[in-house]
Amino acid sequence: MKIAVCVKQIPDPASELFLDPKNRLDRTGKLVLDDADTYGIEMALRLVEDGNEGEVVLFSMAPHNEVAGLRTGLSLGASRAVLISDDVLSNSDSLSTAKVLSAAISQEDFDLVITGTESTDGYSGIMAAQLAELMQLPSVTFVKKVTRTQGDLLVERQTELGFDEVKLKLPGLISLTAGSVEPRYPNFKGIMAAKSKPIKQLLLSDLGIDASEVGTNGARQEIVDVTVAPTRASGDVIEDTGEGYVKIVEYLEALKIV
Amino acid sequence: MAIDSVWVFVELRGDSLSTASLELVSQASRVAHTVTAFLGKQGDVSVFELLSKYGANKIIEINRAPEIALGGAAAFVMASKISKEKSPSAIFFEASYEGRDAAGRLSAKLDRPILTNITALELKDNELLASNAIFGGNMMVSTRFTGAGPQLFVIRAKSFVLEPNPVEYATEVVGLEEPRHLTNAQILNSYQEVRTGPKLEDATVVVAGGRGLGSKDQFSLVENLAQLLNGAVGASRAVVDAGWVPYAFQVGQTGKTVKPMLYIALGISGATQHMVGMKGARNILAINKDRSAPIFSIADLGVVGDVNKVVPALIEALKEKIAK
Repeated sequence: MKIAVCVKQIPDPASELFLDPKNRLDRTGKLVLDDADTYGIEMALRLVEDGNEGEVVLFSMAPHNEVAGLRTGLSLGASRAVLISDDVLSNSDSLSTAKVLSAAISQEDFDLVITGTESTDGYSGIMAAQLAELMQLPSVTFVKKVTRTQGDLLVERQTELGFDEVKLKLPGLISLTAGSVEPRYPNFKGIMAAKSKPIKQLLLSDLGIDASEVGTNGARQEIVDVTVAPTRASGDVIEDTGEGYVKIVEYLEALKIV
Repeated sequence: MAIDSVWVFVELRGDSLSTASLELVSQASRVAHTVTAFLGKQGDVSVFELLSKYGANKIIEINRAPEIALGGAAAFVMASKISKEKSPSAIFFEASYEGRDAAGRLSAKLDRPILTNITALELKDNELLASNAIFGGNMMVSTRFTGAGPQLFVIRAKSFVLEPNPVEYATEVVGLEEPRHLTNAQILNSYQEVRTGPKLEDATVVVAGGRGLGSKDQFSLVENLAQLLNGAVGASRAVVDAGWVPYAFQVGQTGKTVKPMLYIALGISGATQHMVGMKGARNILAINKDRSAPIFSIADLGVVGDVNKVVPALIEALKEKIAK
């Protein structure tokens, strides 16, 4: 099975995040692989390993030719990566991103496209469906379990009340929830091997997409205002010395909960 | 002043309309002259009446094969209607599984951008201005569309007040004519995960557990306390990712937004991802062993201590109190 895994390289969520002068998330610093995408990489690797054929290829759109996150993904076992980096892509929304990824992935034939359910920095949760529609693929989003059957996948999709069992005929697309699979950690051998794995770098002009369709040009929206949200004041903080529950009972009584 | 028309993709939870969908209809009726609801079910008059009570003038009943997921089907039906008739000014979707699928597919079909995670939407100079939270809810960004419509918005639950605005309604059944690639994903079975007690989104009291509980077994403390207080059980992303409880329990940016009368956070440190989903609670009680945990900065009562000691003592005290 040949699998394309879309991965996002994001500002380190553990670091302090800033807005740039245009009120957009500052992405000029070091970027890392979004943890939310490690599940997709793991699932793809397992499907390829179990079937004993195929390969896992990573696709990422990122500013200033960032490859740090892709190297992390390659160190886990993906065989190669494709990076689309172009100044005109700055300020791309999810639709622009989907257009770029669709064009890049469509340069080859894949059986399966995997994405995360939503990125840790943007968390819109719509890119997978946009990508599937642009690629004219069937999709199952918010997948929590994947089983391979003959030529198809049998997947469990999260629903509001439980889950659906869905048969996905390939080629198709899935978005994977966190916890669907336990991602492996890169080992020393993997990290060394990743350094020499190929990363193909593409510009927008390599994809046949007009610059007017993506990034700032294609945004068709503008930020009107950014304001600090009202903060919530903290109340009493007490140390529990064995009697903390008494205070809690009093608190619940005051609220008439008990 | 109002915009011309708004479509709303309304969703059911089982046989009942979701509250979040009704909120969208209610807001649509405040900002637009006409409101059309797209519903994935046919012939249910009680559902039609509830929609019209909150302002839906027209109800489109989507007719599709049950094995095709509703989100994609709704996008196809909407796109087809737009190509044949007049486009609405805006379309509202819930920030749910089906809502995001419908919005995503429609966005690609129409080549229109989407604004997501919206928590406020107001009319200004006869244009919609949408707000969403960034940096864990510390800042709000207001955005407007600049291109041609329809304007697509994915909106979080509990963003708007629910307020009746009864209107006359008409219905129309619209079939999914050419499902094309959608037919290659077929729903074989639907399962409901059994849950007792009040629903997380609607509960007066929510008791939520985090990694500070230490292990999956200890999560029963959360369930026991919730049961005693007639509350719903919630969880942080960390313990959902760890597989202690299903995703449906998750409160936060990625999970559900709750605004209960009381939110009790047990062993939850308060990552911004979590706080976004619960900081609208009227009262917050937090128990955590780390004095510097961010959750204490928004708690009305914070108890610094071991949840595995404080909570059992609390449960015992409450049981005694109830027995009296």
